[in-house]
Amino acid sequence: MALTDAPRIVTSRMGRDDSHTLGRYLEAGGYDGLHKALSMTPEAVAAEVDEASLLGRGGAGFPAGRKWSMLRKAPVTYLVINGDESEPATFKDHLLIERDPHQLVEGVLIAAYALQVTQAFIYIRGEFALGLERVTQAVNDAYAHGAIGSDIFGSGFSVDVVVHPGAGAYICGEETALIESLEGKRGFPRIKPPFFPAVIGLYGEPTVVNNVETMSNLPWIINNGGAAFAGLGLGRSTGTRLFALSGHVRNPGVFELEMAKTTFRDLIYAPTLGGGITGGNTLKAFIPGGVSAPWFGPDQVDLALGQDEVAEAGSMLGSGSIVAMDSSTCMVRAAWRITKFFSRESCGQCTPCREGSGWLERVLYRIEHGGGREEDLDLLLDVSDNISPGLAWPPQQTTICVLGPSIPSSINSAISMFRDEFLVHIKEGACPYG
Amino acid sequence: MSHFSRETAERARALVALYPERRSALIPMCHLAQEQDGWLTEEAMEDIAELCGVTPAEVRGTATFYDMLHTEPVGEYVISVCTNIACLLGGADELLEHAEERLGVRAGGSTTDGLFTLEEAECLADCDFPPCVQVNSRFVRRQSAEDFDRLLDELASGALADEVPKHGTLIRVRRDGGLRAGRSEVAEERRAMSAAQAERAAAGKDAS
Ligand SMILES: Cc1cc2nc3c(=O)[nH]c(=O)nc-3n(C[C@H](O)[C@H](O)[C@H](O)COP(=O)(O)O)c2cc1C
Ligand code: SF4
Ligand code: FES
Repeated sequence: MALTDAPRIVTSRMGRDDSHTLGRYLEAGGYDGLHKALSMTPEAVAAEVDEASLLGRGGAGFPAGRKWSMLRKAPVTYLVINGDESEPATFKDHLLIERDPHQLVEGVLIAAYALQVTQAFIYIRGEFALGLERVTQAVNDAYAHGAIGSDIFGSGFSVDVVVHPGAGAYICGEETALIESLEGKRGFPRIKPPFFPAVIGLYGEPTVVNNVETMSNLPWIINNGGAAFAGLGLGRSTGTRLFALSGHVRNPGVFELEMAKTTFRDLIYAPTLGGGITGGNTLKAFIPGGVSAPWFGPDQVDLALGQDEVAEAGSMLGSGSIVAMDSSTCMVRAAWRITKFFSRESCGQCTPCREGSGWLERVLYRIEHGGGREEDLDLLLDVSDNISPGLAWPPQQTTICVLGPSIPSSINSAISMFRDEFLVHIKEGACPYG
Repeated sequence: MSHFSRETAERARALVALYPERRSALIPMCHLAQEQDGWLTEEAMEDIAELCGVTPAEVRGTATFYDMLHTEPVGEYVISVCTNIACLLGGADELLEHAEERLGVRAGGSTTDGLFTLEEAECLADCDFPPCVQVNSRFVRRQSAEDFDRLLDELASGALADEVPKHGTLIRVRRDGGLRAGRSEVAEERRAMSAAQAERAAAGKDAS
């Protein structure tokens, strides 16, 4: 499959060192989308986004236009942008935040206008020190430019934008935990229902939460029309999307590709993309959409990078992050490290998630370090089943948020694809990979 | 307020002005306190509590949830080595081991001279440069053991002072000004906008 010649929607300015400055942004047509949006009615702006069928880029893939139209019945008070980006191996918002902060800010302003929201908060994970500086500078410059503040560009619409730093907690990426964190509290996810942000969000008011990449698409959509965006991609997967490729590839990085028109094979092997597996090794398995997603084997590389295509094959495109693991990878170690992450980041509110993650981590640790027992594989599946009954995909949820049910994905995948490797660890009392 | 310097107090009040409810300034203010003191002291938490309208225990309760907020002293440079999946595949375990040896502390510990704290980090969203290392939340992008040794030397000699400010200094760009409107003004604006929206909807119906 050839790579398509779809336009670059969110990475068109990234090649330059000064891509984050207002001057460069304006030269490249920056804030034209906002000007155009302000000349339309808010309803017409929302209709363009609806027509674009832009799926949320934060992981769940819910259409942004639908989210907004559900809310327009009960007016929204706050817009909150999710820039927490902490799903392991996900690093595409990092790029958008550091390299094109004005594009993000313009997107936020277009969304605020469409929703008629007058206060927007951009929550950025605390570890992005440079990103926080760049977006803060962009917001300052946009105020001075008349794009934020009172009566923006003389339109009669007024809006404020606040950049808010996180402080290191994966769970704050979950939208209700993010709202708690924004209220100065621990990042404990809230129970839905009743705490759907759209109903009871920030300070108890209706709130829209959208991802950084979702917002960054809006200037292009308004400039070029929702139909042009919907004309790219296939089926439900419209437009382009950022894919973050890491692991054992020659050329890891973030690539903007037309949705559903490119395959995992293209992404991993094309010379202009991943460039193939490192060190002359072969591909052993890959994670298609962040560490919450079930893994795929080399026989699945011809799947298209589309929302439905990946879902039908039993996993998810999730946060758009692909991790390639080559033949030298110890799969027990990989599953153990991912589980250790969940165990460290579980907020602790739900017993199956808190206790289960710790237990799974300890069992995987002992298998990897030579202390495994034969009954450990059943034990792993048993504990996993307690967290997410039936170990189905999409997973059953008995916990407050979906962090819990995400834990079994990698364990389940590793055991079903590489059972022998676990058995060798147990039989030899050591990791065969050293 | 007794602990914050005049400048810190002024910046803390500016933070409060950015939110409809002052409690939202709590985490940004913890970062500010770390910028002043290097870590989050008991006295600073009292000042934060006063400014945010909560108790010092609530400040501590929030702060201890977050990896970046340190309620115990840390080194001038907090070095975070990511060992999550992409970095694991890129040799992070070996780098962390080297770092522990070189600094003479285990992950989580600080050197006796107060210069360095070493942390094993979860994914820092820079997975295409493995193993990913941050110092005081600045990406340093140096992967090999030799690079790491050079990094320590440069940090110790002050050669990187511009790139890597001392621990706690998170955002060197100051936000200009506060919110344009308070909570009640926002409610007022929204009422006006809803009315206009209803009018447009009615006009749309008339036209059709
Ligand atoms: C454990 C967990 C972590 C999440 N982390 C993020 C994140 O880092 N960034 C993000 O945008 N969404 C994250 N989400 C999804 C958000 O809850 C929410 O669906 C999203 O921000 C909505 O934006 P979108 O509709 O534009 O995708 C996470 C969800 C869960 C359950
Ligand atoms: S599932 Fe886990 S992370 Fe989510 S609320 Fe429950 S304990 Fe917290
Ligand atoms: S896995 Fe190390 S930075 Fe993402």
